[in-house]
Amino acid sequence: MDKTVAVVGGGVAGLAAAAALNQLGYRVLLYEKEAFTGGNVRNWDRLFPKARNAREVVDELASSLTGLTEIATGTFVNSVKSTDGLFEIESSGRPAYADAVLLTTGFELFDARKKEEYGYGIFENVITSADLEKMFASSGKPLMADGSEPKKVAFIHCVGSRDEKVNKPYCSKVCCVTAVKQAVEVREALPECEVYNFYMDLRMFGTGYEQLYKEAQVKGVNFIRGRLSEANETRTHQVMIKAEDTLVSRPLQITVDLVVLMVGMSPAGSTMTILKSLGLLGNEDGFAGIANAHTGSTLTLKKGVFVAGACSGPANITDSVNEARAAALRIHQYLGGV
Amino acid sequence: MKYDPFVLPFISGMAFVLIVVIGKWTIWFKGLPFSDKKKFLNGLFSRKFIYASREVVSESMLHRKVFRSNFWLGYMHMSLAFGWFLLIVAGNLETRWYSHGTINPPWYPIFFEFFVHDLKELPYRRFFVFAMDFLLLFVLSGLFIAIYKRYRSGFVGMKKTTRQKTIDKLALTSLWMIFPLRLLAESFNAGLYDTGGFLTNTLGHYFARFLPLELLRYPAWLAYSIALGTFFVSMPFTRYMHILTEIFLIFLRRFGIREKQAHSTFTDVELNACSRCGICIDKCQLSSDLEINNIQPAYFLRDLRDRKPDLFKTETCLICGRCNTSCPVGIENTNIRLNERSIHQFFSANAYEYIGKQEVKNGKVAFFAGCMGHLNPLTIKAMLTLFEKAGVEFTFVDENGSICCGRPLKLSGNFMAAGNLVAKNKDLIRESKAEILVTTCPICYKMFRDDYRLDIPVYHHSEYLLKLVEENKLDPGFSPSTVVFHDPCDLGRGSGIYEQPRRLIARSYSLVEADHKKKDSLCCGGSLGITALSGENRKTLTEATIASLTLNHPEIIATACPLCKKTFAGQADVRVADIAELLLEAVDHKPADHKATSVAMHKPADCLEEVEI
Amino acid sequence: MADFGYSLVKSGKTDLDTAGNALARSVSEAEPGFNLCIACGCCVATCSAGRFTNFGFRELIHRIKRGEEKLMIAEAEKCMLCGKCTLVCPRNINTRNIVLLIRKHAIIKGL
Repeated sequence: MDKTVAVVGGGVAGLAAAAALNQLGYRVLLYEKEAFTGGNVRNWDRLFPKARNAREVVDELASSLTGLTEIATGTFVNSVKSTDGLFEIESSGRPAYADAVLLTTGFELFDARKKEEYGYGIFENVITSADLEKMFASSGKPLMADGSEPKKVAFIHCVGSRDEKVNKPYCSKVCCVTAVKQAVEVREALPECEVYNFYMDLRMFGTGYEQLYKEAQVKGVNFIRGRLSEANETRTHQVMIKAEDTLVSRPLQITVDLVVLMVGMSPAGSTMTILKSLGLLGNEDGFAGIANAHTGSTLTLKKGVFVAGACSGPANITDSVNEARAAALRIHQYLGGV
Repeated sequence: MKYDPFVLPFISGMAFVLIVVIGKWTIWFKGLPFSDKKKFLNGLFSRKFIYASREVVSESMLHRKVFRSNFWLGYMHMSLAFGWFLLIVAGNLETRWYSHGTINPPWYPIFFEFFVHDLKELPYRRFFVFAMDFLLLFVLSGLFIAIYKRYRSGFVGMKKTTRQKTIDKLALTSLWMIFPLRLLAESFNAGLYDTGGFLTNTLGHYFARFLPLELLRYPAWLAYSIALGTFFVSMPFTRYMHILTEIFLIFLRRFGIREKQAHSTFTDVELNACSRCGICIDKCQLSSDLEINNIQPAYFLRDLRDRKPDLFKTETCLICGRCNTSCPVGIENTNIRLNERSIHQFFSANAYEYIGKQEVKNGKVAFFAGCMGHLNPLTIKAMLTLFEKAGVEFTFVDENGSICCGRPLKLSGNFMAAGNLVAKNKDLIRESKAEILVTTCPICYKMFRDDYRLDIPVYHHSEYLLKLVEENKLDPGFSPSTVVFHDPCDLGRGSGIYEQPRRLIARSYSLVEADHKKKDSLCCGGSLGITALSGENRKTLTEATIASLTLNHPEIIATACPLCKKTFAGQADVRVADIAELLLEAVDHKPADHKATSVAMHKPADCLEEVEI
Repeated sequence: MADFGYSLVKSGKTDLDTAGNALARSVSEAEPGFNLCIACGCCVATCSAGRFTNFGFRELIHRIKRGEEKLMIAEAEKCMLCGKCTLVCPRNINTRNIVLLIRKHAIIKGL
């Protein structure tokens, strides 16, 4: 058997799929536009629900690849053309052919500057959840722009999720639990720091998530049910935020030292480019369209083209990895291995 | 012989329309408030009278504005109006010439050739005959377009033509009959007596070959007289009343009379002056983008004139003002609509008594960001930074949140409640002891300027920032980015400010223009003037406007309105920025050799254009 | 009236079996967005009127849905129609139109 599968995107889904395909005996061409594999997870410090080191997950997945995988990092896939069941991959690297294609292009973080009223890029002490992870990775705690420790931090859920004003009407699934995780981490790193989470609904759907929420409550995180309408900078560069405390039906304002915007998942730009080159469509939110939601979540409407992970909609690591392995099996079926 | 019974239909029709018109003009004039009457009488003996007369010629006769909007439509209106007018003048001259200056009965010039057949003796006869035939042909050519337009409206560019009632159809048919019947009557005459010119003589001699002209001559003249009479009688009940009202309107408007905060007899004049040419229908974005084709001024005004206002039509309007600036007669469509909306007040005058006295800091310049301005912190931050850089001593009046300026209420017809908010904000502005008021919101700006009667000058930030730059208090550099400017409705058409923001941008950026610009610019889709418009429909409008703005592939869409900015930002693929942000960037990133470029980019243009709304 | 030492206390409980829904029905028919609220409270947080008085669009429409029609019709008059809430609503609800519809309903029904 000497068949090749092109896997586009070297995040956790791409790595897991490539490893599974190797085990099934397929040669894999793994494309990654960045210099390293690991995708968005690489930029995270610790992961919910049990604070596992993110790098550890990436390394584990990467280490299970065999010599059958050829990784092309720093390589951007421009288009995929199919002729008679053979796929021609046109990229910034050398052209290549594959017998099947798996899209694991993942997601991009929502650009928080699009919510101008939240002040990201305008007020120095408004950061995103990704910025906070970098702080945790580099100094183990959140810091204000002037380098000092914040005494009050607010987490704003649903930034670029469940918001038709920025054309993101869907839920990004992971931000709730990430915010709770980060809130706990802030309380642990800076026990004197007050933490407020502004949420609309707390969607704690995964194993261990509800426990994490309870842990946050135990550790003194304040939960306020209300979405931020706008932020303002005070003369001392603190941030004054406005929301409604919907549980008591009263407008609320609070001045905090640091605002963390829980940015949601947006479709990666490359997903649509590649889909279009294959004559496929995205779903209504701009993610990759799938054959059906229950029994065909890794299939597209084109034979030989498969999807896995967050490129078809917001997903956590667990689901992305599982889907990647499921896709590998589907590819195996398609290529006649079963 | 100067009389024959066949002229009676014409005479009675003309007498009827004259009495009605004089009666209507009198009632309208009498109904005007005293101040307007005074304006009218003063106007009669001022230079304004000459301007008004000039406008009557250029608009009522030549239809210059219709020409500008659509050549064939303009030609149609001009040939009918101006052609007919010249025909009457030439006819009168000819008759006077013939009868050596004596005054003739009014029907005599109209039916001259019925009575007089010995025209060969008349000196310069060839000239008159040629002129009369030429003018008749001119009118007929316009008529041909009018008839063609009724059945194939695409031809003259108008996408939609207005719908007709029975009386309208009668008037229209009689109007269409007038000139072909005149052609027939004169041709028959010419066939018998050789009285015609290149057109009527040729036709007449042709008819003479196979038609009993002696028998047909009288019925033809009678039919011509009946067509004229019918048209005149139907005039006061149809849109053709516009012919006689438009002139009155032009004089009233030139003498400074405008719509007030409620309907008046001036409104009646405007309603009657609408010719239903349909230009407003073509200009309306609700029509062009959303296929809503029954609410435009042509229909809305007709319903009002018929005293059958329709709430849906009244409320369905963006109040963008495109119909105002394109109306060849200059009817204040949006003001009439707002006044009509104000008939129903859904908020009481004391709705906002809960707003107590507000604290405000003093400063020379009062800065007002407005409600929606607070959702654009980049603009606010840019303004505050620019104030500081220019050394302006300012106070941020609504730093902790605004009391709404009242215009959104006014746009929904709730004038009483709006007045309550006006009073609250006036106190606040007075309290600040400011010498000028600057706002970044065109909606607030228009309200401050038109409805507040403040004793300090009001500036929109595009005007004020340009002033700071021109006084060298700010020194922006040059950026190679291409910028298109979107004219917010209340700033451009609403307040006549088109050039200041462009000059400000052009100093630092390379300015490109949109497909629809200035007076013709489109609404962003966020309009507060309409409430019952679905999100999807608004999105459609926004998409069309973004397509117009990005025609020349700008890197940045600049605007000067928090509402436009927010509306575009959700949908545009290119950066959307307020002019204040762009100016701040140009001031901050100033290369050393900026002066030469910025001077070269600075184009002189007159700032204040006529205010249209 | 004789005082028996106790009085009738009006219960604070919503009784959906008896609550009126005419206003909610008339508004949601004209403006389907009335039913799209996810109760995030952005509208209340940003409200220009809410800075001066106890007023919030979210509470307004929810109370109407619970049958408190008369009270809420009076309450709706506090709105300045400035449109800020429309600009922040994540569900793109046509808030201004809903307030106007509530007031119109009141005027037409003479409430």
